[in-house]
Amino acid sequence: MIPAQFDYLAPTSVADAVAALAEHGDEAKVLAGGQSLLPILRMRLNAPGVVIDLGRIPELQGVSEDGDHLVIGAMTTYAAVLASEAVTTHAALLSKAIATVADPQIRHRGTVGGALVHADPAGDVGAPALALGAELVIAGADGSTRTVAAEDFFEDLFATAVGEGELLTQIRIPKHTGWGAHYEKFVRVSHQWSIVGVAATVRSEGGSIAEARVGLTNMGSTPLRARSVEEALVGQPATDEAVRAAVASVNDGTNPPSDLNGDSDYRKHLATVLTRRAVLAAAGA
Amino acid sequence: MTITEDRPSDAATPEIGRSRARKEDQRLITGRTRWTDNIQLPGMLHLAMVRSPFAHATVTAINTDEARKAPGVVGVITGADIKDVQGAVANAWPLNGEQKTPNHLPVVVDHVACAGEIVAVVAARTAAEARDAAELVDVDYDELPAVLDLKEAVKDEVLAHPDLGTNTSAVWTLDSAAQGSGTDVEDEIAAARSDGVVIEREFRQQRLIPAFMEPRSTVCDPTGEQMTVWSSTQVPHILRFLVAATTGIPESKVRIIAPDVGGGFGGKLQTTPEEFATIAVARRLGKPCKYTETRSESLLSGHHGRDQWQKLTLSARKDGTVTGLKVELLADLGAYVGVVGGGVPVLGAWMFNSIYKFAAYHFTVRTLLTNKTWVDAYRGAGRPEATFAIERMMDELAAELGRDPLEVREQNWITHGEFPFTTVAGMTYDSGNYEAATAKAKELFGYDELRAEQKHRRESNDPVQLGIGISTFTEMCGLAPSRILGALNYGAGGWESASIRMLATGKVEVLTGVSPHGQGHETAWSQIVADRLGVPFEDVEVLHGDTQISSKGMDTYGSRSLVVGAEAVVRAADKVIEKAKVVAAHLLEASVDDIEFTGGRFGVKGTDKGVTMPEVALATWTGHNLPDGVEPSLDADATFDPDNFSFPHGTHLCAMEVDTETGATTMRKYVCVDDIGNIINPLIVEGQVHGGLVQGIAQALWEGAEYDDQGTLVTGSFVDYTLPTSADTISFVTDHTTSPSTYTTLGTKGVGEAGAIASTPAVVNAIVDAVRAFGVDDILMPCTPERVWKAIQKGRSVPGEGERDAQPHFDEGVPNQDPGAATEGSQA
Repeated sequence: MIPAQFDYLAPTSVADAVAALAEHGDEAKVLAGGQSLLPILRMRLNAPGVVIDLGRIPELQGVSEDGDHLVIGAMTTYAAVLASEAVTTHAALLSKAIATVADPQIRHRGTVGGALVHADPAGDVGAPALALGAELVIAGADGSTRTVAAEDFFEDLFATAVGEGELLTQIRIPKHTGWGAHYEKFVRVSHQWSIVGVAATVRSEGGSIAEARVGLTNMGSTPLRARSVEEALVGQPATDEAVRAAVASVNDGTNPPSDLNGDSDYRKHLATVLTRRAVLAAAGA
Repeated sequence: MTITEDRPSDAATPEIGRSRARKEDQRLITGRTRWTDNIQLPGMLHLAMVRSPFAHATVTAINTDEARKAPGVVGVITGADIKDVQGAVANAWPLNGEQKTPNHLPVVVDHVACAGEIVAVVAARTAAEARDAAELVDVDYDELPAVLDLKEAVKDEVLAHPDLGTNTSAVWTLDSAAQGSGTDVEDEIAAARSDGVVIEREFRQQRLIPAFMEPRSTVCDPTGEQMTVWSSTQVPHILRFLVAATTGIPESKVRIIAPDVGGGFGGKLQTTPEEFATIAVARRLGKPCKYTETRSESLLSGHHGRDQWQKLTLSARKDGTVTGLKVELLADLGAYVGVVGGGVPVLGAWMFNSIYKFAAYHFTVRTLLTNKTWVDAYRGAGRPEATFAIERMMDELAAELGRDPLEVREQNWITHGEFPFTTVAGMTYDSGNYEAATAKAKELFGYDELRAEQKHRRESNDPVQLGIGISTFTEMCGLAPSRILGALNYGAGGWESASIRMLATGKVEVLTGVSPHGQGHETAWSQIVADRLGVPFEDVEVLHGDTQISSKGMDTYGSRSLVVGAEAVVRAADKVIEKAKVVAAHLLEASVDDIEFTGGRFGVKGTDKGVTMPEVALATWTGHNLPDGVEPSLDADATFDPDNFSFPHGTHLCAMEVDTETGATTMRKYVCVDDIGNIINPLIVEGQVHGGLVQGIAQALWEGAEYDDQGTLVTGSFVDYTLPTSADTISFVTDHTTSPSTYTTLGTKGVGEAGAIASTPAVVNAIVDAVRAFGVDDILMPCTPERVWKAIQKGRSVPGEGERDAQPHFDEGVPNQDPGAATEGSQA
């Protein structure tokens, strides 16, 4: 299918991209990897006057380390993140979640920043970003930047803290070196969006769970963090029985959708089962 | 040069039976070939369709002013503009004289009966301009109430076509007592109620979307003496006939070409509104026009498949011997009766009794019109629906009897010694060996070991339970004996045509009336002809899909190409040999009676003299030295009309693991042993079986077309219509037994649909078997994890098995309600 006509801009710096956004305002849509935007344009569900392609801005690409943080450029593809040893070592949860995204073709085009800003609650990047306590660096007019915690980043369905005229430029992730991690994704066919996903990462100490972080995919209008579960897990042994009890509160604050893949109650049931499995797997049990 | 140099090193190695890589694969796989959408003609215009978003509406006004002014637009055509010349989308199989068949216009004039119907066509210089302008066409609709549910449609409260006065299109019955092929089913059921077993179940055949790989596309060139139409179709010959029959264009002025076609699965056996609209617009504007659908349009507007409610009553004696089978179907035709339309469920009428020796049988189908996309043939067409129902019922019978489901089947099937066997439905199965296929399948499957593991998992209360599903299916292929089609009121014959042209250089052209769309006919036909004429495989060229080249044919569907089409090729080849023998005898100065033809060489008995087929072809072409009165041509035509269908069968065994905590299902093992008669190319067969299995498994687990209560297709993209990929399937174990068809030279039976027919019940039976201990006896398809999990929850909530009613029963006189519904909802 053919999108409606639009003008195409391909700035080569963040400053130019932000300037273009300022100039075109509401008329403009930002193109990252295009794995969500292009189908939307092709099905004519949206018809922006200008598309600003971030694909030619080198400073948005790649993974680097900055002290106790990993820094991932917003335009880094899933495939590049998967190939990064730094991510595997210091943020294993993100690698494991990204490995479940769609199929290899999509992972080679889709970007981590694009997925975060698109903010589909069934996407697989939001929950690990929340669980890992990521910080999102946002560029605004006149070279200004601000940093937003992941918990404040996701505002609603397809809505984030990235405001008009702003761009997400970096994802900063505190290193979780030595933490066990698991992403439990529940789908009917492999290339599907998550019906429910659970991102769990655990630091074990002396045979029990010292710290745990749990993020939920598609259990509400945004990715969610299961703080009550995280707290209940502290000090627990990684046994089926202990974890089963600790995850009982996982649905506090969830409000999952109902659709062809399952109704809201079924998703809540899945969340309890999948959280237990994710935590046990993350703890190496 | 002698032809034997190009033969395989062992000249005696026949081509038939070799796993030849497909001739057509390089061009098909690389895409460097002529697909319809690749065709560019000078001055060609591009079309975009304006489609109704409403399921049921009256079109009150269409304003095309803005669209006409848009850049590049050459014309905006409405139904009213072409109402007298656009032809009609035809139904070729009225089930009887009383059938209600709504008039199906390609571009609607005032009445929209389903979402996606075309209300206007925009023609522009480029496809992008056409698409842009289509958005500027302003259509006013008066919405009408829509009937969207099959069981609601029966009530005739809301009508899909108010002018027809009813939603029922036709009622069609086959009864063994009435036709003298068995006893009265009501007597058998009554007897079993007092002293036997009666199983009553209602099953849902959900609506599916064929989802072929290449979206449909049509190019029409109206310039010149003859109108030429390229279309991504399975049925160029039928399209030519119906264009002529419904538009008034003389058939001799219509040339249809199906170039390389990227799949169909029945979805392209329709003559479509889009084809007729493209032709009408091209003729009106006097310019070549092209229309290529988007995937969204394809899912919405290409015909859908299946969609039945199946009410079954099976009676048996206490010892497990089946006695009667009563089948009552409601079949959703959608908004219109397609080319085969109501005939699809009727194709299942002879197959519900399957391989079992019922004394009595009754089949009734009520076809119904609704305001949804029209329904027609989809891989298997009628037989998957029948196979699903009977194979589910046999498992239910075994469960009721507390016996092994394979054992109950064996007790009731036609034994090898009983062939040929005339069934209770009146079909004569010519050959088969259910014992052999089942024995092989059981061994490959490790049946006893898996049963032992299943028992262990049950006893240990493993959260992951194991189930074993069985499908000992048969089907009917080789559509179809023309006399039978005539008796069924079908509008055409079932014969097939072939021609063989012997070229001067020794090459052979084979013209076939069937129309491949991915099956590999060029390869298989080359193997057959190479053996028959003794020429190299590479020297055979197979031509098809162009009504000016292979001018006669009935096209490809119903697993008919090899069974019917290739038999015509064989018969044409035999005529060539007979003609060539006369020339060879003359060249060899011998009597025709002394000529022997083997391995491509005509020899004189008792001598070493001989000439090869290419030598005879060259001599015939020069015409320098032919016997008196012999024409200088070896070419021959043959048309074959089969006497019977063929009846492939097989035993499919499936092991499914069910995660009882989530309802997720995982296929553990799948074994199928198919008896498809003789095999021409094992590699092609393997591909057909694997693809068919995946499509059938997808019906069981993943696919389903769903509408909302406004009549909007919810599964309108591949995000929601969940087709599987290779990542979702396992490696299948496939094998064969061979009982050749007895009425064709090649002894083949057909394999295009077998996998899709057999696999669906095997998978569902396995899932139900895994969770039967929880009180589950059915799960709606697709068996989503949610449905499986809820079935387990519901089963657990009812009293223990011993306290449950032995069998649920249908209420007296209530049509199609489900006494044993184990899962939620009756909505499609």
